[in-house]
Amino acid sequence: MTPEMTTEFLPTLWFALVAVLWTGYLFLDGFDLGVGMLMRGWARNESRRRVLLNTIGPVWDGNEVWLITAAGATFAAFPLWYAALFAGLYIPLTVALLALILRAVSIEYRGKSRTARTRDVWDWCLAGGSAVAAFSVGLLLAVCTTGLPLNANGDRVGGPFAWLTGEGILGGFAVVGFALAMGWAYLGLKTDGAPRQAAHRHLTRWLPLYLLPMGAWAVVVVSRDGGLIPWALLAMALGAALGAWTAARSRREGWTFVALGASLVAGAAGIFLAVFPVVLPSTLDPAFHLTAQNASSSPYTLTVMSWVAVVFVPLILAYSAYVYWVFRRRLAETHIPESHVVTPL
Amino acid sequence: MDPLDIARWQFGITTVYHFMMVPLTIGLGLVVATLQTMWHRTGREEYLRMTKFWGKLFLINFIMGVATGIVQEFQFGMAWSEYSRFVGDVFGAPLAMEALVAFFMESVFLGLWIFGWKRLPARVHLAAIWCAVIGSVFSAYFILAANAWMQHPVGVEMVDGRPVMNDIWAVLTNNTLLVHFPHTLAGALSVAGSFLLGIAWFHLWKRRRDGIDTVSADGSVVVGTTGSKGRDETDYRVWYRSLRWGAWIALVAFLGTAFTGHAQAQLMIHQQPLKMAAAEAACHDGTAFSVLSVANPRTEGATDCDDVVGVFEIPGLLSFLAHNDFTTDVAGVNTLIPQYQEAYGTHLPDDPMYGERAGQEIDYLPVMEVTYWGFRIMITFGGLAALAAAIALWVTRRGTVPDSRPLMRLAVLGILAPFGANAAGWIFTEMGRQPFVVVPNPDPTGIDQVWMYTAAAVSPGVGAGELLFSLIALTTVYAVLMVVEVVLLTRYVKGGVPAGMPELTAGEHDDHDEDHGPDGGPGGSDARRDDADVLAFAY
Ligand code: HDD
Ligand code: HEM
Ligand code: HEM
Repeated sequence: MTPEMTTEFLPTLWFALVAVLWTGYLFLDGFDLGVGMLMRGWARNESRRRVLLNTIGPVWDGNEVWLITAAGATFAAFPLWYAALFAGLYIPLTVALLALILRAVSIEYRGKSRTARTRDVWDWCLAGGSAVAAFSVGLLLAVCTTGLPLNANGDRVGGPFAWLTGEGILGGFAVVGFALAMGWAYLGLKTDGAPRQAAHRHLTRWLPLYLLPMGAWAVVVVSRDGGLIPWALLAMALGAALGAWTAARSRREGWTFVALGASLVAGAAGIFLAVFPVVLPSTLDPAFHLTAQNASSSPYTLTVMSWVAVVFVPLILAYSAYVYWVFRRRLAETHIPESHVVTPL
Repeated sequence: MDPLDIARWQFGITTVYHFMMVPLTIGLGLVVATLQTMWHRTGREEYLRMTKFWGKLFLINFIMGVATGIVQEFQFGMAWSEYSRFVGDVFGAPLAMEALVAFFMESVFLGLWIFGWKRLPARVHLAAIWCAVIGSVFSAYFILAANAWMQHPVGVEMVDGRPVMNDIWAVLTNNTLLVHFPHTLAGALSVAGSFLLGIAWFHLWKRRRDGIDTVSADGSVVVGTTGSKGRDETDYRVWYRSLRWGAWIALVAFLGTAFTGHAQAQLMIHQQPLKMAAAEAACHDGTAFSVLSVANPRTEGATDCDDVVGVFEIPGLLSFLAHNDFTTDVAGVNTLIPQYQEAYGTHLPDDPMYGERAGQEIDYLPVMEVTYWGFRIMITFGGLAALAAAIALWVTRRGTVPDSRPLMRLAVLGILAPFGANAAGWIFTEMGRQPFVVVPNPDPTGIDQVWMYTAAAVSPGVGAGELLFSLIALTTVYAVLMVVEVVLLTRYVKGGVPAGMPELTAGEHDDHDEDHGPDGGPGGSDARRDDADVLAFAY
């Protein structure tokens, strides 16, 4: 490759990879954030809550690593993007971290509590943490398309709340809604009995509502910057969403899940393409926009990281898929072992 | 308050906190994987019980490591954006590799292990825990590669005022990293050793107190049983073996830290001579290792440390630590500071990136009280733990522990010592490199012109209010969670093996059971057994 090609090509490739990582995160953690929210949103008794929790038990941590990797890859490949975005969103990210901490801990610790009272507290941490985490990720992604008041150095000016815009909030709700839809679709696929019935009922009735904010946000972004291809992708996303709805109505749980995923992938691709090559616009001056070119690492670093990704991403996908395969069976309330009370010897 | 100070406090607090969980995860993970391997090979019941019990404690701790790790990952961008921009080209790579190579492996396989009991072929299940543990060790390697680069930048060239990576291999084989990594691993094992020792001691003691085990005339143990599986002869072997393992691990690990620590000191003398001098409170060149020095070195301005008095010194030892002989002088603070001033200037540049600090005089001396005591606390606490382990090996040679409550308390308290040593080691390493966040290296293997002052690293756009908000919020949540973790660990420790292995005493419950939880409902245990391959374990 000529030097020009590497300086053009590698940042584009890494922009695509970072987009894939964020989309992968939304896809995978999407459903366990959704299931997390339903721990209080729908599940009203202990055995149902335990069914919900155990559907995500073996896989949620691996899913969360997609977020860590998305952040880490952004740091490695686009340090200036990472720095401006994370410092710019200081407060919402702090809140997101608190939510993620409480959520992680409650998954592991709720079953170890001795009283219904403490279990309730953990349930609220799990449900609230999931909702807040989903919202914050949506906000973060939306800010990448609407921008921040960045100065020439890439620092946010205008105070701690300069990120607060209607579109950011729309992005937040978009991910919350999507996560709920995915959560239900996952429960439809992974459970038997009450949750499966409820999933059918909810998706039949409310699926369009869950996806509405996502659609609205995509349309806002694409109508601002998009060309033909992003519009085409959005149309595909809409088609897939309608497909998911149809599948949900006819109780095709596998297809519902797949179609929702396809809708996410097409929609995210449309959005990312619409804004490319800008990765974080400055609302003060287009000259300060961060782009895949001017925010990226050196070709050497990107080449190294590309090799690492080429080797490890397929490996990760393979062993993650294996784990989903191992735990593929549906769960029902009758499968849940009696909860175990630890008493001193 | 100054944003820089808040950001530093926050980084220090959150990192030290993260590193409370990390060594236990790494050390105990290795122990649990080894135990399961032993069970796989010998088929002996006690190894299964040990795997389950220690595995449970491992998981309770692991989750806190995960939860607090994410904060670390985000913090570089949030609070240290100028740092992230400066070093991103080289520093981001190991972080991203850590996620791709290590974190995925660690979390995915741990999920498989937790829920895979009875669900997977035994070999695959064993492989799952090893994959998870190897993931932890890899993660330590990559994050330490990032940290070692800050201590000793290699593999880069300066382009437009920023370090640009030109040799990843150099970054991943940084000589600083090659000593950091074994030292940290040994420190982690030291934590695991004392953890096993203290808890197993408690249980052996409890068995004696409850009259299950007794001691014959010649002092050797007579193992008894209550009839319950939770307290039978196998249970005795669980604790005795854990105790012996723990003590040996603690001993060997300490020797490991000592050897690798020695190697670190020898590098440090070249790479960060001022850190070494500050660790010794050595103002003048010399060869003696100070065991105790007093007086406030900072009363008379930053660089005047002439009023430090060595109370007790071991001649030649410092020279041995640094150069492997007893006579070569190790440079003192008064010699080094002028060298630093000459090489890197006396004042911060008049650059807006330094904010209010632009143009200020640079204080090259790290906070000497911290480096001096950090170094000594690390060694002393580690040494105490090792000494305790040696004594424990001797005292328990006849098969059990003495029936003494204070001794038992001491053994349990001793669990904290290696944690303290680890925290002190990091605080020493990190504060000893101030005022730099990326340390310039006069050493020929380093790249001399790469450095960054901590004062320049903090996010310029983030205000004190934001930082204070996150500092208070994180610290509060961390404090609460620490209490929760300790309460849970204690509960599971007191519950003994059945706490981590409910199936062990499942049939026995009826006779001595007051607080049986709400009834499992219809379905009964037979129905459940059929479903065992759907869910052998549930949260
Ligand atoms: C020597 C080892 C070591 C050190 C110095 C650090 N960590 Fe750590 N970290 C681990 C060793 C580790 C681990 C053993 O791999 C953990 C602890 C418990 C766990 O779940 O994995 C972990 C967890 C962990 C996680 C969660 C991973 C998951 O979800 O599975 C993240 C994102 C980080 N760490 C990031 C960091 C950063 C950015 C650090 C630098 C300031 C850092 N860690 C210091
Ligand atoms: C987990 C073990 C670690 C501990 C216990 C630790 C401890 C500390 C402490 C106590 C500080 C505050 C220093 C001060 O305020 O003077 C600090 C600062 C810092 N450390 Fe570490 N550290 C650890 C690992 C790392 C690693 C692995 C990295 C990099 C990958 C790192 C990067 C930093 C940075 C960027 C700062 C902020 C700048 C500063 O205040 O010096 N640390 N660390
Ligand atoms: C005789 C014993 C020891 C010696 C000579 C020694 C030496 C050192 C030195 C010189 C450093 C600083 C490295 C640097 O800043 O570049 C260090 C760091 C550290 N030490 Fe020790 N140490 C000893 C025992 C221990 C023990 C027992 C533990 C824990 C149980 C421990 C844990 C650490 C940790 C966590 C660090 C920071 C990470 C690192 O720099 O590798 N050390 N030690």
